[in-house]
Amino acid sequence: MSWTARLSGRLDDVTGDAGYDEHPPRVGFFTDTSVCIGCKACEVACKEWNELPDDGYLLTGMSYDNTEALGASTWRHVAFVERPTVDLGMPSVGPPGPAPGETMPHGEDQAAQTAGGEIRWLMSSDVCKHCTHAACLDVCPTGALFRTEFGTVVVQPDVCNGCGYCVPACPYGVIDQRKDDGRAFKCTLCYDRLKDGQTPACAQACPTESIQFGELSELRQRADLRLAELHEKGVDVARLYGRDPDDGVGGDGAFFLLLDEPEVYGLPPDPVVTTRDLGSMWRHVGAAAATLAGLGVAAFSGRKA
Amino acid sequence: MAEAHPVGFQWVMEAKKRGATVIHVDPRFTRTSAVADLYVPIRAGSDIAFLGGLVNYVLSNELDFREYVVAYTNAANIIDERFQDTEDLDGLFSGFDPERGQYDPRTWHYEPPEDPSPEEAEMIADRDGDLDDDGRDDGEEEKESSEAAHTESHGSGGAPVNWKGRRDESLQHPRCVYQILRRHFARYTPEMVHEVCGIEPEQFLRVAEAMTSNSGRERTSAIAYAVGWTHHTVGAQMIRTAAILQALLGNIGRPGGGILALRGHASIQGSTDIPTLFNILPGYVPMPHADLHQSLEEWVEDDEGAAGFWGSIRAYAVSLLKAYWGDAATPENGFCFDYLPRLTGDHSTYTTVKAQIDGDCKGYFLVGENPAVGSANGKMQRLGMANLDWLVVRDLQMIESATFWKDGPEIETGELVTEEIGTEVFFLPAATHVEKAGSFTQTQRMLQWRDKAVDPPGDCRSELQFYVELGHRIREKLAGSTDERDRPLLDLAWDYPLDEHGEPDGESVLQEISGTAADGSPLTAYTELATDGSTSCGCWIYCGVMADGVNQARRRTPHWEQDHIAAEWGWVWPANRRMLYNRASADPDGNPWSERKKYVWWDAEQGKWVGDDVPDFIADRAPHHVPEKGAKGPDAIGGSDPFIMQTDGKAWLYAPLGVADGPMPTHYEPPESPVRNALYPQQQNNPARRRLDDPRNPVNPSISDVFPFVFTTYRLTEHHTAGAMSRTLPYLTELQPEPFCEVSPRLAAERGLEHNGWATIVTARTAIEARVLVTDRLRSLRLGDRWVEQVGLPYHWGPNGISTGDSPNDLVNVTMDPNVYIQDKVGTCDIRPGRRPRGEALTSYVEDYRRRAGIDLHRPSDGGTG
Amino acid sequence: MSPREQAMVPEAEFDSYYGRQIVKTPTWKTPDVPLYLFLGGLAGASAVLAEGAALTGRPELERVARVAAASGAAAGTVALVHDLGRPERFLNMLRVFKPTSPLSVGSFILAPFGALSGAAAAAQVTGTFPRLGRLAGVGAAVLGPPLATYTAALLANTAVPAWHEAHRELPFVFAGSGATAAGGVAMLFTPVDQAGPARRMTVAGAALEIVAAEALLNRLGMVAEPYREGRPGRLMGLARTMTAAAAGATVLGGRRSRTVSVLAGAACVTASLLTRFGIFEAGIASAQDPKYTVVPQRERLRRRTGERTASGAE
Repeated sequence: MSWTARLSGRLDDVTGDAGYDEHPPRVGFFTDTSVCIGCKACEVACKEWNELPDDGYLLTGMSYDNTEALGASTWRHVAFVERPTVDLGMPSVGPPGPAPGETMPHGEDQAAQTAGGEIRWLMSSDVCKHCTHAACLDVCPTGALFRTEFGTVVVQPDVCNGCGYCVPACPYGVIDQRKDDGRAFKCTLCYDRLKDGQTPACAQACPTESIQFGELSELRQRADLRLAELHEKGVDVARLYGRDPDDGVGGDGAFFLLLDEPEVYGLPPDPVVTTRDLGSMWRHVGAAAATLAGLGVAAFSGRKA
Repeated sequence: MAEAHPVGFQWVMEAKKRGATVIHVDPRFTRTSAVADLYVPIRAGSDIAFLGGLVNYVLSNELDFREYVVAYTNAANIIDERFQDTEDLDGLFSGFDPERGQYDPRTWHYEPPEDPSPEEAEMIADRDGDLDDDGRDDGEEEKESSEAAHTESHGSGGAPVNWKGRRDESLQHPRCVYQILRRHFARYTPEMVHEVCGIEPEQFLRVAEAMTSNSGRERTSAIAYAVGWTHHTVGAQMIRTAAILQALLGNIGRPGGGILALRGHASIQGSTDIPTLFNILPGYVPMPHADLHQSLEEWVEDDEGAAGFWGSIRAYAVSLLKAYWGDAATPENGFCFDYLPRLTGDHSTYTTVKAQIDGDCKGYFLVGENPAVGSANGKMQRLGMANLDWLVVRDLQMIESATFWKDGPEIETGELVTEEIGTEVFFLPAATHVEKAGSFTQTQRMLQWRDKAVDPPGDCRSELQFYVELGHRIREKLAGSTDERDRPLLDLAWDYPLDEHGEPDGESVLQEISGTAADGSPLTAYTELATDGSTSCGCWIYCGVMADGVNQARRRTPHWEQDHIAAEWGWVWPANRRMLYNRASADPDGNPWSERKKYVWWDAEQGKWVGDDVPDFIADRAPHHVPEKGAKGPDAIGGSDPFIMQTDGKAWLYAPLGVADGPMPTHYEPPESPVRNALYPQQQNNPARRRLDDPRNPVNPSISDVFPFVFTTYRLTEHHTAGAMSRTLPYLTELQPEPFCEVSPRLAAERGLEHNGWATIVTARTAIEARVLVTDRLRSLRLGDRWVEQVGLPYHWGPNGISTGDSPNDLVNVTMDPNVYIQDKVGTCDIRPGRRPRGEALTSYVEDYRRRAGIDLHRPSDGGTG
Repeated sequence: MSPREQAMVPEAEFDSYYGRQIVKTPTWKTPDVPLYLFLGGLAGASAVLAEGAALTGRPELERVARVAAASGAAAGTVALVHDLGRPERFLNMLRVFKPTSPLSVGSFILAPFGALSGAAAAAQVTGTFPRLGRLAGVGAAVLGPPLATYTAALLANTAVPAWHEAHRELPFVFAGSGATAAGGVAMLFTPVDQAGPARRMTVAGAALEIVAAEALLNRLGMVAEPYREGRPGRLMGLARTMTAAAAGATVLGGRRSRTVSVLAGAACVTASLLTRFGIFEAGIASAQDPKYTVVPQRERLRRRTGERTASGAE
């Protein structure tokens, strides 16, 4: 496989590609948000198992989401979106207003969905996607980020020197630096538990099996069946996100079934690993460097001093 | 359910996956509503109107499961001709005494038999003897103690019906229960439901159609409820309405049917089975009354011999006494019946709090309970605690009830001064549920044994160790005493083996509860209990949990290794019977109603009932067996009497006895309401509700401009009860870090409330502050021609912990259901933007509201009937 | 965003999660990183200038340029190490060599460059080891252009919309900016008779930078907004003005007047610094507003798959 193709695009054996001769099958998460009840057991189980610090106590007003986003100390984040689907014809102050520059959400009104009333409450447990082509891993200069034998992406806290490059590289905005520590942290897909043959803490805790853990190939099949089932029931809004190995990151190790557009949940609609353009970037850098060299030469051509 | 029981809710999701329809009815759109198929917003407290509407829909359209109703309910029973319904008396049933605020139920009874036996004739004469024309007592003094808690004195089966009475199985007789029920609920139309509950008629009809089309031979529907029904002055009747509905639809005793009370996490089911309630003993045996029951005989004679298994009460009572006093309990001394404490009145929790304030109650044990935050009218709770001689608090954290004397809200306002509080407070750290072994009993009546995982840290100890040790020390102090009063303590069977940490062996206690025969061998079933003192059993419904000396509650065979009954996981009382009244899953001939809903059936060849579960019936009683006239106890159960705890063996669509506020549920408004009772304008509230007359418990006037909004309290998944187990933990606190109220956009606009800002919520009791969440999930309800707004308040907060705040329960007034003395969590309030006043300014702020509302602290309860 | 600015760009409709950003804000510190961008450009171009000066016998120019290269590299290294969350682990940068990580590649450019430019400057200033010094100088000059331009890939190889979308133009902006900075420093400290190449480099660099920046703004569409608006916009505008003015002044009077040289040189240096800060802050702004992530991606999706069906088959 050409090296450019290995940077993005379909990659069936990401673990082998990372250099492992023998390795167990790739594992990951399928998060079916249609059965999420927003209980946040996943958030708590993750924090407890990984002994993460708390993230501060701030009432955000973002429905029942006071966690706000994934970060260095939050590796599972449950999003809550209240979507009134019918104009009740009353004067309203309304839920949190749009951010400056943002207009009111458009969202086609797909009426055949969850609650039969006029409100939908979307809930989704977000997590690191453990991308097939992980930008964080690609840009890490120390090798702290690496691909495990399970196909997951993990940061080694004893190597990371807090350069912070992974933070803006992630197209999903997952990984972050912990301020009082300096290093970058993110979900490890419970690497330590996997090594002992156990299930990751969040999947173990989830009471409705919204978070499903297992071999990625099997999870993808299960997700396809679930999607078909929902479509048959008339839940047309349902869609899979991150499942496709041909997408911009080569498919996610942790992918989702969503009930609305990804950006409604705070996910990028069409994520692409930045490394896809690496070839072009280096070529342009090379050309610019040559230009600079050329400028230098030209500056001295002509009369000597 | 997803909010309060997320782990249990996985089974609802599992059902949904298999095609079940999930309907959620709640004043607010919760995480349950988010995954339900249909969400129905309802005005808090108006559930009887809604359920009654469903009952009316079933009856008007004749959608009841007729064969089931005729055979298994008392629909056919004919009622006394003196009975008068609320439709006849503008909202009252016959027999109401307005002075005492109570009903005399004797006119509600089944019509006497035309051809009574001598015994029956005597009972009829007795009953009629002191009844006047109104059906009320003719003035003969009834001791206060006898009225107190009379409704529980019939135990779990309800009052003994002394005669089965006449039945018209065509259901046409104008005084048969079926027709009385029709008349009673005739005005609960969809339009009435809209006017009272704010539920749109189309939505109501969707629910009605869904339930009725999913009930019958082939399909069943289930109802689950929790404190949204129990915390009301009409709470027991709300549940009764659901029971009537389910009985009419044939959903009781059948797989996939039933009514599930979602009990609390802290083994609340266990705390009523082995009770911490003042008026019942283990197994729902009623506490004896000081005046009515002077001997064992007098205590058991009311229920003894009554039809059904309740009739064996003597055996249960004697075995209980043997468990308590062991060898000291002999037939000669009535098995130490005299040692039992006796009721002299109402000793329920709110009455006790008032007694504390009045100086009549001197001491208090709070064990895993935090009334300063978790009980209604927090101020009364704290004032009561401030007036005690001593207070013992056992808990995992330093809860508000232990620190009220230094940082309670009354300290801030100056209503209490720390230096002037004379209560001696003892705080004892408690072990958590993983630091001790013991059983929990949950909603399905299942006992699950928990092993100890770690030793408790430091001085933390289990309750078991505390009480056993306390018992030892008190007995030591009393040793050698000759005072008769000390004998009950000295004669207790109090010998529990201790481990090296001094922790009593939980299984030895469980064995004592499960019961032993005279030779010390473990009992297997409550049918083995004897009246002669040869058996000992701490709780007859738990008899058999240690059968064969094996801790049955500890069984953990995974469900994938068992059938759908999963009988080998835990142990369900009674007798590991997973579903009660399952005789009703078969028709009167003993055949399942349908193949699909097969559960328990009669095997004629073997001559017994068989099935997947333990049959809830006498094993060899044939389906068409007719008991002999005058039969007693279990012998009086007929072959088609599935409801074996009722003395007539039928499900009661109409309760002739045993319910304090009427044989049938009726919609009444909560004590504080913004609207008039649309069904009975002359009877605003439950006439039999129990009031707590105290200047610290003033009730808001209803239909008031000063308190124009409804408020109700509820829970969030992230926090647990009064918050000691969640607001003290960072991982849970950061999930819901501040107290807030939820309001509709319309209410926010009306009052100028800002999303994520502050609001002050006021009632006649006090004012609290909370952050504001403006959300469409709190629906503005249209009742008739007006809007009704509801303020939702998660109640978890108090001043202690990482996340602190005012306690919403401080707003709640104490008016109670007359059957079970539970408070109403719905009230009225005002809400204003901004934080509340501090210190003395707070008391004057509240006083100003009371003044404007015309509340007179000398007549504090009068506000309720506005 | 002022109403006038708002009117400039038609508002696109889009959804977001409570208006929150999707991509994380870079945690790189300011002034550390923008300063490093500037210093790297200055040092890299100065190394070229220095070598050219050495080859053409302009010792004053050579000395200034060598010192600029060496001190730029040194100061830049300090800034980079200071920016680390765990500065004591800075050597971990050299654990692996990863072509997919411009930061890794850059470490392996900066480290040798720092050593070589330092050696060359030391040799030149002290007058010792002249041949080794020259050799070091050649090495530094070879590494110089990469040093000055790889940082564009550093910024562009992220999900930050304003940086990533600009990955074609940014290297040329950096090259030009580095050239003006190096030329400017040289013009500041070198007598005019030797500063000719510096002046030529300044003007050429200015032209390159301005053209590249213009191309960037035009091609990026909506994502160019952060470069135009707010503080980044002001910084970039000011920088461009100063660069153009300095280049013009250099052309017109740089050869004759030392004063003009100095002023122009100072302006160039300042402008180069402002440019880097502007680009840095524009990136931050583009990360913090979700519209720069959502709208272009939606557009891309729409173009690729036609109108997105509700089944969302991707």
